[in-house]
Amino acid sequence: MRITELFQRGEFVLTAEVGPPKGIELDHLIKDAHEFLKTRVHALNVTDNQSSVMRTGSLATCKVLKDEGLLPIFQITCRDRNRIALQSDVLSAALLGIENLLLLTGDYTTLGDHPQAKPVFDLDSVSLTHAVKRIEEGFDIAGNAIDGAPPKFAKGAVVSPCSDSVDVQLAKMEAKVKAGCEYFQTQGVYEPEKFIKFMEQAKQFGVPVQLGLIIPKNVGMCRYMNANVAGVHVPDDMIEELKADKEKTKAGDTGVEICARLIRECKEYAQGVHIMSLGWENRIPEILDMAGIAPITPQV
Amino acid sequence: MLITQLKSKETIEALAKGKTVIINCHGCKEVYFAEHEADKLQKDLSGVTQIITTDYICNPDNLKLQLQKHTDVINAADTVLVFSCGVGVQTVAALFEGKRVYSCCDTYPLPGFQGVTPLNVDCGQCGECYLNGTGGICPITACSKSLLNGQCGGAKEGMCEVDKEMECGWERIYRKLEKLNKLDNMKYDTPKVRNYCNPNAEEPII
Repeated sequence: MRITELFQRGEFVLTAEVGPPKGIELDHLIKDAHEFLKTRVHALNVTDNQSSVMRTGSLATCKVLKDEGLLPIFQITCRDRNRIALQSDVLSAALLGIENLLLLTGDYTTLGDHPQAKPVFDLDSVSLTHAVKRIEEGFDIAGNAIDGAPPKFAKGAVVSPCSDSVDVQLAKMEAKVKAGCEYFQTQGVYEPEKFIKFMEQAKQFGVPVQLGLIIPKNVGMCRYMNANVAGVHVPDDMIEELKADKEKTKAGDTGVEICARLIRECKEYAQGVHIMSLGWENRIPEILDMAGIAPITPQV
Repeated sequence: MLITQLKSKETIEALAKGKTVIINCHGCKEVYFAEHEADKLQKDLSGVTQIITTDYICNPDNLKLQLQKHTDVINAADTVLVFSCGVGVQTVAALFEGKRVYSCCDTYPLPGFQGVTPLNVDCGQCGECYLNGTGGICPITACSKSLLNGQCGGAKEGMCEVDKEMECGWERIYRKLEKLNKLDNMKYDTPKVRNYCNPNAEEPII
């Protein structure tokens, strides 16, 4: 199923991110997905060599999750493949019954564990979205016809509502919508007022937006993100709040509470939530419970 | 422009086997060459029978002419060490087919062109100039990822996350277009895609 159908039905669309391991043992990922995510989120984003660290592939992992009765979203970055390989992988996804895509430019190579690698970026998130739309119309990006009935996807992309240059981000968002993007997931949001202000401007595009959340595990992680992660800013009072958590329980309960609070505060402005739990998949049910979001009936 | 950086002394010493002829290529305006360092290093090398310093060895006819008077010593040599950019080494290697010809330099691109001070402004020589639509700021060289359709998510406080000393090229382009009242330049129907095969510079960009 394409998750755009859920948006069209007016559902509050819930997704979570899972990252393939550096290796082929997916047992842990599958177990967590069944235990914590299957009845709580509609679909699972599978990252594509996240942070430029080489791992098992997104497409293969998507297929494994689909066979497990879960609904995967195939994340595709432009970092490692040229336009031939990208379009080929999009067709391969359709062949395997993967209908949900999240189309990204991708982190730069030097940020990962193979800094010597050749950065490709033959296409970018906008031209890749256009390429997928052309495939849906029966042509590749060079204008050659595709044999047989063309596939249809839900084409998603990302945007950073809390970027310090949000106007530049909105211009890019508009380009993505023009190229055929049908839903957005945002970078991690910690400042509801910024998100709400962003949504006031983004609603002109008429495309659903899922509030992105990164579970703030601890103070160190927040400080790291503030210093290094573009588009993410954890305010000082939230860091103070997390400090108290460390003294209390060290269990990360405050991070879970913060996520639930962010959902409650932003819910009426967003069309869904996307949770990047970075290994804390087990805390997602708690977050959703505290935010008042009921379990779902899985649909594949 | 190019910069030719000397390989390490150990590497060059290991390359200089037997009777060795050195060819230096100086004087080219396109190449920054570490003359003094090369000079010093060459004095310490053993087995050197001749040091030839000339220019434009990249031109095969010129090279032949320049080396005419050294034919005997080159024929007698076991190794020819070339201190030049990568083009010069290839021309020498092609001229002396049966001879061991080694490069003593690594060649890197350097921003700027002949006659100007190298700057932090560069031309990617893409053959399909985008500058008319981007406020005169090149998306190929001012953006780490050479993106054509706007900013990625990797800018923090206006700086690029790939190189924190470098401003985000697309933020610069956006601000410039804003100032020129030309933000509509970023609105077009078909996203821009590079043409790596026979690029057509005549194509209108705006």
